[in-house]
Amino acid sequence: MYAFESYHRAQSLTEAVELLAANPFARPMAGGTDILVRLREGHKDYAKIVDIHGLPELEGITEDRGELRIGSGTTFAVLMASPLAARLAPVLIEAAGWVAGPQIRNTATIGGNICNGSACADSAAPLLILNAHLDLIGPEGKRMIPLRGFHLGPGRVELRQGEILRSVRVKPEPGQGQGLGTAYVKYSMRQAMDIATIGCGAGVRLRDGRPDGIVDELRLAFTVAAPTPVRCPSAEAAAMGLPLNEAIQAAVAALEQDVSPRTSWRAAGDFRMHIIRTLAGRMIRTAAERFAMHVAKHVAK
Amino acid sequence: MLTISCSINDRPYELTIDPRASLLDMLRDQGLTSVKQGCGMGECGACTVLVDDVAVNACLYLATWVHGKRIRTVEGEVKNGQLSPVQQAYVDAGAVQCGFCTPGLIMTTTAFVEACRDKFRNPEDITPEDIRRAHAGNLCRCTGYDTIVQAVRQSLGQPASAQDLTKSSPP
Ligand SMILES: Cc1cc2nc3c(=O)[nH]c(=O)nc-3n(C[C@H](O)[C@H](O)[C@H](O)COP(=O)(O)OP(=O)(O)OC[C@H]3O[C@@H](n4cnc5c(N)ncnc54)[C@H](O)[C@@H]3O)c2cc1C
Ligand code: FES
Ligand code: FES
Repeated sequence: MYAFESYHRAQSLTEAVELLAANPFARPMAGGTDILVRLREGHKDYAKIVDIHGLPELEGITEDRGELRIGSGTTFAVLMASPLAARLAPVLIEAAGWVAGPQIRNTATIGGNICNGSACADSAAPLLILNAHLDLIGPEGKRMIPLRGFHLGPGRVELRQGEILRSVRVKPEPGQGQGLGTAYVKYSMRQAMDIATIGCGAGVRLRDGRPDGIVDELRLAFTVAAPTPVRCPSAEAAAMGLPLNEAIQAAVAALEQDVSPRTSWRAAGDFRMHIIRTLAGRMIRTAAERFAMHVAKHVAK
Repeated sequence: MLTISCSINDRPYELTIDPRASLLDMLRDQGLTSVKQGCGMGECGACTVLVDDVAVNACLYLATWVHGKRIRTVEGEVKNGQLSPVQQAYVDAGAVQCGFCTPGLIMTTTAFVEACRDKFRNPEDITPEDIRRAHAGNLCRCTGYDTIVQAVRQSLGQPASAQDLTKSSPP
């Protein structure tokens, strides 16, 4: 038995918002893979539940004029099987494949992954480099906010009282999706069923199609490299306008201003910094290669 | 208390359930003791069952979520006294030692084999690495996994190979 102090199953999104408004200490539960573990560990913070598991309004992956909309209740397994997501946000699928194991991916939702405020959420780095937006609904109405800035600290996010994440949006921008070469990798002790020691996502656009071309845009994001998932403005700026190899060197040299890895039982801070630098170099290169490959394919057509 | 209806191993059930119960609690209360609690935290997969043919950890799943759904546990895989091909493969490969992980593993393999078939994946294209990834959510403390990979290969209709037995990294 889970130690719920109160439990309400919402039959609709509207009802869920009402239930949350009426129960100020209650939290929405989607896949429960975070909350139910916390309850087993005896955390009282998660004892009051509004169950939004499987609400049809929170499911579905759709495209609207190039914008990808992923319902917050979408499980990682469903996301990974979506051709639409594969076309518009391949890096998100790449990251989803790193989450836990099959059973967890069959229940864990992308909404829970974002809203748990974890610094090691595998969806965070890819969504940050895609400049994702969050579509929220709460007692005070709807709002759309960028994911960047949503994470406030470990376990803390910019959700107002009673607010529910409805969907994650990846807006079309010039070069977004396939037009931006992207890559994500997770460094962990085990290949599966392990939380990241460091996760790294990169997005690259090169001025011309050559794999060693001038970097016109770099987007770089990390998980576990700071108290929250972070983008790396200093490294991104340092790489601008340089040929790829120099851009990588410059970005890696600037990285220290963007991250603040901590020491934990999992890894020492300086070891994490080493991993951060190494993964940054690799992911920028992989993203650039993918960009060049994509351009080559289109020129050939 | 909440009333739900579901099917368990192809038999209809009407159950009155405490909303705090996990699917694991509920299934064991129904006498389906193949559903094991190892960690209770989603780490070991000993509690794996299929909900609408999708593998989930019954320990991290509310019993009430299965309302209107079809649950399969290893008990139901035996049809007319005959082991399922996956169960038979575990026997043939000697993939069972203490057996605690086995019901969960068999359900994971069953879901994997059925998904490969539904996606028309050519069994020959499925590598031991794919098999290990697909079973990464199940821990086994006894076998060292090689015989399990062997059982999955047999379940997929792949020829047995000595090559699996030389590789021994855990999934
Ligand atoms: C064994 C195991 C391994 C794991 N491995 C990984 C891993 O490799 N990588 C990784 O990133 N995570 C991992 N996780 C963590 C977890 O599975 C994910 O973070 C998952 O995506 C959480 O989603 P959920 O739907 O299960 O969340 P829930 O437990 O339902 O909720 C998590 C939090 O989000 C809030 N929430 C959920 N949905 C919404 C919504 N729509 N609106 C507002 N708030 C909401 C809840 O109130 C709660 O605070 C692992 C967990 C386990 C148990
Ligand atoms: S008992 Fe459910 S995963 Fe271990
Ligand atoms: S056979 Fe003993 S744990 Fe797998």
